[in-house]
Amino acid sequence: MVRTKPKVGRKARMKQGPVPSLDEFYQGILDPRKKAQQKNKESESRKRKREDRGASVKSKKEKAVFEKAKSDLFDEEEKVEEDKNVATGQDDFYVFGNEEEQFDIDEEELEDDNEMESDEVYDSEDENERGAMFSDDEGDEDLLEAANQQGLANVFKGDSEEEDEAKAEAEGEEDEFVNSDDDFEQGEEEDVEINVDSRVTNVLPSGQEVEAPSNLPPDIHISRTRIQEILNVLDDFNKYGEAGRSRSDYVAQLIADIANYYGYTELLAGKLFELFSPREAIEFFEANEVPRPITIRTNTLKTRRRNLAQALVNRGVNLKPIGNWTKVGLQIFDSQVPIGATPEYLAGHYIIQAASSFLPVIALAPQENERVLDMAAAPGGKTTYISALMKNTGCVFANDANKARTKSLIANIHRLGCTNTVVCNYDAKQFPHVIGGFDRVLLDAPCSGTGVIAKDPSVKTSRNEKDFIDLPFLQKQLLLAAIDSVDANSKSGGYIVYSTCSVTVDENEAVVDYALRKRSDVKLVETGLGFGVPGFTSFRGKEFNQKLSLTRRYYPHTYNVDGFFVAKFKKMKAVEQKPNGASKT
Amino acid sequence: MRPLTEDETKTVFEKLANYIGRNITHLINRPDDPHCFRLQKDRVYYVRESVMRFATSVGRLELMSLGICLGKFTKTGKFRLHITSLEFLAQYARYKIWIKPNGEMSYLYGNNVLKAHVGKMSDDIPEHSGVIVFAMNDIPMGFGVTAKSTADARRLDPTGIVAFRQSDIGEYLREEDTLFT
Repeated sequence: MVRTKPKVGRKARMKQGPVPSLDEFYQGILDPRKKAQQKNKESESRKRKREDRGASVKSKKEKAVFEKAKSDLFDEEEKVEEDKNVATGQDDFYVFGNEEEQFDIDEEELEDDNEMESDEVYDSEDENERGAMFSDDEGDEDLLEAANQQGLANVFKGDSEEEDEAKAEAEGEEDEFVNSDDDFEQGEEEDVEINVDSRVTNVLPSGQEVEAPSNLPPDIHISRTRIQEILNVLDDFNKYGEAGRSRSDYVAQLIADIANYYGYTELLAGKLFELFSPREAIEFFEANEVPRPITIRTNTLKTRRRNLAQALVNRGVNLKPIGNWTKVGLQIFDSQVPIGATPEYLAGHYIIQAASSFLPVIALAPQENERVLDMAAAPGGKTTYISALMKNTGCVFANDANKARTKSLIANIHRLGCTNTVVCNYDAKQFPHVIGGFDRVLLDAPCSGTGVIAKDPSVKTSRNEKDFIDLPFLQKQLLLAAIDSVDANSKSGGYIVYSTCSVTVDENEAVVDYALRKRSDVKLVETGLGFGVPGFTSFRGKEFNQKLSLTRRYYPHTYNVDGFFVAKFKKMKAVEQKPNGASKT
Repeated sequence: MRPLTEDETKTVFEKLANYIGRNITHLINRPDDPHCFRLQKDRVYYVRESVMRFATSVGRLELMSLGICLGKFTKTGKFRLHITSLEFLAQYARYKIWIKPNGEMSYLYGNNVLKAHVGKMSDDIPEHSGVIVFAMNDIPMGFGVTAKSTADARRLDPTGIVAFRQSDIGEYLREEDTLFT
């Protein structure tokens, strides 16, 4: 309100189209009925606005800050031929549309909307942008449609009378940062630059503004807008940064907005934000809002994947193989029957298992006739996979510290027909006192679950500072126990795999680095996994062992699997460890 | 964990013999891959000897399961087979009944086997003898006892019961809380 109108107005106008649409898009997901209502409301308000147009400024003052600020522009830009609008919109649409997979859908949507309201030009742009942002949900046509409608609705709310010129600018600009392609004509690009510059000037709230709204509920629209703006600034800080503001001011505000918008605690938002570049971080947070696909693993002890797929297809399940990195995984798209209660499921032909939890077992690569320990086994997805890879030979020790959880573990082991297992209920730290000398040990450590936020959103708020101290401590103890439980002289093995479903460095690289320092007889080796991001070798001033680049990280936004970390150790033979054998206990 | 006493062994074998008859020797005599029966907290496990030896390292309180659980002794000393034993029963089954796809779900929900659902059955099943129930694609689904001999079952009306259900794989979901400790 204090700000000068034209400036802010310009900025707000640019941003407004895409911005609120996104979170309304989420609202839409939550409640489709609401969505419909909202749409109606929107169109009403739009009409109202038309009537008021003459006296526009008054009514608009009641709106949110950025909407308000934009009002003066309307006066100038009101007279629009709607046909013209449409024409430009579609032109633009085709320009960008062919980059998107959702092209057809967009078009349909566009036509539908045509009947209602010719202003839908905005809509197509909105979505163009959005399509690019959610790079991972190509198939989600429903979401997209919801998004379309929401985007449309939004646009109506805000700037239904805007001129196409202004739109063209906005489009140009938005697509610019999303696609960062050079489909644009030179003139437009210049436009863009100018816009960005002018917009960027005061992205951060002033001191007063920061303190003022503390008694009000935080406004996620503003957060969303500001996230985008700050991202733009951070893309090229030297150019767009406001004088007298440091980069860390922007980052701090960005983290606060992320925490607010996505519903994280600031601690966790900060921790996760640190892992990525700002843009990638947003992708990560967005990916956490989208569920991962349902995947199943074929039980090779009882059937083959082809037979299983055939049997399930006959029951009306729509599926396909996960990828060429696994021969046993199937991805379920939709099913007419509950996938967890088919006769095949009950007969143990498959188990519902996240794709990410195949990874540590593939890395472990258990061989026949070995003795393997799974230190935190429940609910048994990995244990049964190990057993299947060993073709029920040798012996698998499945341990879990929680007695209640061993129930599901035992159930899965029996259902899948794993006859070579021993299930025990120890605190895993007690290994190797219980029994040691294993050929391979899998430690899928208890963790904060920051990789599976999509599955369990309570993680967003339930983790506190103490968890990020206690959990790594426990993990370090467990990893040492795991290393000590392995027989270095094993003919075929001597491997330890450490994995977590968390993405934080504290629980992964730091733990692995600690183990490498404490146990000089182990070294990191290739995981044998064909994909994944290498682990950090240094992070925020901490230097880790250079070999940590052999570990692998998985993120929801890159591979569409749960966030995961896998490290594989090899324990070296006693002869080799003689010189520094003191560390061996 | 301990080996079965003589009485216990007799009870268990008698029970098993209902379903697999003389094939029980295939379970006991496996010279290339010796297996044994072990008792742990009322439950009888059938497990490879090598695995059993490793399991001796685990304390009695902490050992939750080893190999495959066949069933449990009731407080009155009777032995009840669990669905988990199905794999071995199916492998050596003496009498079999196959049920049609339209009867699968009914059976998996814990109902008896009706005449209408029987796809085929072994020829010479006497009345009240243990029988293994399969789906038409040879997936074992459970076990029970026949209500009628094969000959009598032929004359039964479609809604008549051919076999009483004792256990079915639906129990993995229905009885999850009680079945495994």
